[in-house]
Amino acid sequence: MTMQRQGTYRIAENRPLTASVWRMVLEGDTGALTAPGQFVNIALEGCYLRRPISVCDYDEGTITIIYKVVGRGTAVMSRMRAGESLDLLTGLGNGFSVDNGARLPLLVGGGVGVPPLYNLARRYVAAGRKVQVVLGFNRADEIFYADEFRSLGAEVHIATADGSVGTRGFVTDVLPALEFDYVQACGPLPMLRALCEATSCSGEYSFEERMGCGFGACMGCSCKTRYGNKRICKEGPVLKKEEIIW
Amino acid sequence: MVNTSVILSGLKLDNPVIPASGTFGFGREFSEYYDLDILGSFSFKGTTREPRFGNPTPRIAECTSGLINSVGLQNPGIDAVIGEELPRMKEYFHKPVIANISGFSIDEYRYCCERIDAQEQVGLIEVNVSCPNVRHGGMSFGTSPESAAEVTRAVKEVTTKPVYIKLSPNVTDIVAIARACEEAGADGLCLINTLLGMRIDTMRRRAVIANTMGGFSGPAVFPVAVRMVYQVSKACSIPVIGCGGVDSAAAVIEMMMAGATAVEVGSANLVNPCACKEIIEALPAEMERLGIERLSDIIGIVK
Repeated sequence: MTMQRQGTYRIAENRPLTASVWRMVLEGDTGALTAPGQFVNIALEGCYLRRPISVCDYDEGTITIIYKVVGRGTAVMSRMRAGESLDLLTGLGNGFSVDNGARLPLLVGGGVGVPPLYNLARRYVAAGRKVQVVLGFNRADEIFYADEFRSLGAEVHIATADGSVGTRGFVTDVLPALEFDYVQACGPLPMLRALCEATSCSGEYSFEERMGCGFGACMGCSCKTRYGNKRICKEGPVLKKEEIIW
Repeated sequence: MVNTSVILSGLKLDNPVIPASGTFGFGREFSEYYDLDILGSFSFKGTTREPRFGNPTPRIAECTSGLINSVGLQNPGIDAVIGEELPRMKEYFHKPVIANISGFSIDEYRYCCERIDAQEQVGLIEVNVSCPNVRHGGMSFGTSPESAAEVTRAVKEVTTKPVYIKLSPNVTDIVAIARACEEAGADGLCLINTLLGMRIDTMRRRAVIANTMGGFSGPAVFPVAVRMVYQVSKACSIPVIGCGGVDSAAAVIEMMMAGATAVEVGSANLVNPCACKEIIEALPAEMERLGIERLSDIIGIVK
């Protein structure tokens, strides 16, 4: 049986979490999704290219995505209502590992890089593992999903650039207080790089790039790694720390 | 029962639909979505002598009804294409494939075409003299009749299979270049490659594409492609593969009425991985709607 990789999904919920970050729950076939950190590519009215959005969580019949309204495509998404349908490519990309041998995994998310860590944290918890999460935001009113991570049973640490909640500064400013032996991260490039430099342990980092197709055909999102050329959409978006060339 | 088959220089295709080079890789990613043997053929990723990483990212910019790409001929090189991609392709594609070859010198075109000509899976060679994304190569050979003819002659000397020259629309007179290729011995032509374009990120006040400019493609360029296919097919007697903005069975038929013997589908594959499958499935009904029994009857039917 082949996995359903393209399909029509019904919007079950679409609502704002903050002034610019929205959560959408889609109903449909999730069989092509195999790992946390994968993404879907969404066809939108009035946009030529699909919009790649990371999967926050999924189960047998629903996919949850969290997106920030940054341009035309995400603005179109934010205007859609429950009951409407979207054409999705799913099961895209290479996600985070769960069976990685880590004793104390640390999950680090910055801004709209937070969502893909949720399903990862949920899987760790389901496997009876202790999970520590560091979430970085600019200000208190941009924080989302901290309570959802706590509800899973994860230990949540927050850093805000203006100090309004948690540690003042960046996610890296939280690290000295924590014990961990593996880092899994998603966020803006400067955050990923600073995190990589600030930690000596191994880990996995999720990257972003402008994509054409999202499924490995157009070579639009290629990057060089120590293990050769890779496509962010296919061999990525999650890369192992040791292969990354900054 | 309608007949969708066409013949390209002796190569019989079950239907005229061919995924265009650069939008289909070596087919593997699409074989996860549908059986590629339903295609007429497909044109694989533009191949050069050496492996190439291509241009810096961002390489992609969204446009109204299209996109700009500046991939820059990323490919694994002719050795890996022959040694790895073609053997792997046997698992999911069982028809003659179209080999798209690019180069930075006459010698490189000759070398790559001679080697790819010897591969039994290759049914036709498409020589790309029109890539807008690499300096000192690609398009520079396709922008003058003399150099396009020189590449054509050099490649024809070392090949046995049909050689089609893929032409650039970024020229003053595409007919003059097409004629020069025909006189130099080309078996056919493929047009159009992408139009040179540019987008600006007005917030950041800089080009969206790292390389500033790139190749514009998609439904927006379809009328330009139809016009050029019409002009070239009227002026030349060799077959033309029409390419540019095709995304439906109706567009395939329009391109053929303009003069195309077969039709390449490019950008549409990127936004819908099943685009070619859907076009092929829609062709019979569209033919019946328009009263077409044999697709080959309408090639160049517009006066």
